[in-house]
Amino acid sequence: MNAPVVIFFVLAAIAVLGAVSLIVQRHPIHSALSLIVVMVALAGLYLLMGAEFVAAVQIIVYGGAIMVLFIFVIMLLNAGEEERTNFSKLALYAGIPMAVAVTGLIAAAIVNSSKAATLPPAQPVTLTSTRTLSTLLFREFVYPFELTSFLILVAILGAIVLAQREN
Amino acid sequence: MNEFLTEYAFLIVPIVKIAILVFLVLTVDAYLTWIERKVIAHIQARWGPHRTGPHGLLQPLADGVKFIFKEDPMPANVDKAAYFLAPFITLLLALTSLAVIPFGPQRFTVFGYQTTLAIADVNISLLVLFAITALGVYGVALAGWASNNKYSLLGGLRSSAQMISYELALTLSVVGVLLMAGDFSLRTIVDKQAGAGHGLLSWNIFPQIIGFVCFFIAAIAETNRVPFDLPEAESELVAGFHTEYASMKFAMFFIAEYTSMIAVSCLATIMFFGGWLSPFPDSWTFTHYLPSVLLIPFGLWVIFDGVRYENLFGRLVLPVVGTVLTAIGVALVVFPVVNDAIQGVFWFFAKVFTFLFVYIWMRGTLPRFRYDQLMSFGWKFLLPVSIANVIVTSAVILWRMH
Repeated sequence: MNAPVVIFFVLAAIAVLGAVSLIVQRHPIHSALSLIVVMVALAGLYLLMGAEFVAAVQIIVYGGAIMVLFIFVIMLLNAGEEERTNFSKLALYAGIPMAVAVTGLIAAAIVNSSKAATLPPAQPVTLTSTRTLSTLLFREFVYPFELTSFLILVAILGAIVLAQREN
Repeated sequence: MNEFLTEYAFLIVPIVKIAILVFLVLTVDAYLTWIERKVIAHIQARWGPHRTGPHGLLQPLADGVKFIFKEDPMPANVDKAAYFLAPFITLLLALTSLAVIPFGPQRFTVFGYQTTLAIADVNISLLVLFAITALGVYGVALAGWASNNKYSLLGGLRSSAQMISYELALTLSVVGVLLMAGDFSLRTIVDKQAGAGHGLLSWNIFPQIIGFVCFFIAAIAETNRVPFDLPEAESELVAGFHTEYASMKFAMFFIAEYTSMIAVSCLATIMFFGGWLSPFPDSWTFTHYLPSVLLIPFGLWVIFDGVRYENLFGRLVLPVVGTVLTAIGVALVVFPVVNDAIQGVFWFFAKVFTFLFVYIWMRGTLPRFRYDQLMSFGWKFLLPVSIANVIVTSAVILWRMH
């Protein structure tokens, strides 16, 4: 076990625990805080893979801007604690077997793929420069990139229209 | 022992550097409160603190002792986890933001480990700083929400809205500098400003004056200082988000605020004012004696002031301090090697201190914004101007390339 592997498992554990806590927590603010923990842990994982720019942007955009808006809205609406209802029968009889099946499927896929694939020789983590990333983004994949921006713009306009309907 | 040091230098050297930096920053924070109170007092024709120690110089120490020993009551029905977490997040992020700032040009080797005058000299340091700033909102927002107090909640809400609004302008205002430097590394940004050795003429402040103005205004709003300190407007919100905090937890918010002031001043110095570069041309080597020229008269003045101080304690302490300052000034003249080595650090801290003084000066001068003025100023003026600055800068760079 070398240092990167240890760090990977620590970050992965933090991310998974954060995600579980996100669902288990009863107060919306606590759930939102758990989601921030997940985002930061993911940024750490990106950094471990050498994608420093993506890691920083992950924290700035997801950890910062988007989650601040989440928390802002929760605080503004003064959302209280969720109330627990009784387990629905459907969740018990259909949900649990489904969850087990899906987990098994993913586990099987991982086991098979690691059997088939030979591990590449250990290589030092090289940091992808921002220049390389921007060349890819704005030259090779410029149309998908611009289309995504357009989609987001449409979504923003839609939100404004929805919010204004009452007047 | 030596082998152990060589093997684990990559771990030991950063830890030692962190310890030194945290000690220095906390001391500077403490004395920044003293400077702030003194400067504002003199702006308002008062004396400021002058009872505890000569010229009130032991006041920060007394404040620290008071903060530690004060009772720390917790209001009823607070959200305990968030209430305890908020001051820690705020202080943690404020201190972390100093980790990527290079304080001087030197690179040196300790036990075979190459290191610099920054804790982490990463090549995306500016992005790291913005990532930390982006997370900084949570401390304030959570403190306001968790306190179970309507004033705190309003302070927290105001603060999150204000920080979201001004973060955009803050980030966009430095894009001009980034375009000119072509790199995210703060070290490269400073090195690019060295130019052809003509001193301050090649600093970023001249081509990026609009960027600097936007940056500084947005940075003041990000650090919640006057005239943008609406989250803690005492005439409307008692004390805003930290109304329900006392003792050391309150002190943590305070230390965090002063630390972010230092971080922002460092960033302004690096981005626009040439970091550790001297404002004089390289050929003017006689300017290297400036630290001594400042220190010796100041030390002599402290001695002069000390011997006629009003109480015995001051008459004992102040001359000693003055003698030490004068001795340092003389030592710099005697040992030119040391003098050359501290030039970068001297200029860096001189500039940072100037920015901190401007912060305090504004607090003593400007009235607070109204909340709607704050929002419309951020969105309708600051943001468009910084976007225009980005476009113009890119156009000029493109035009020069062809």
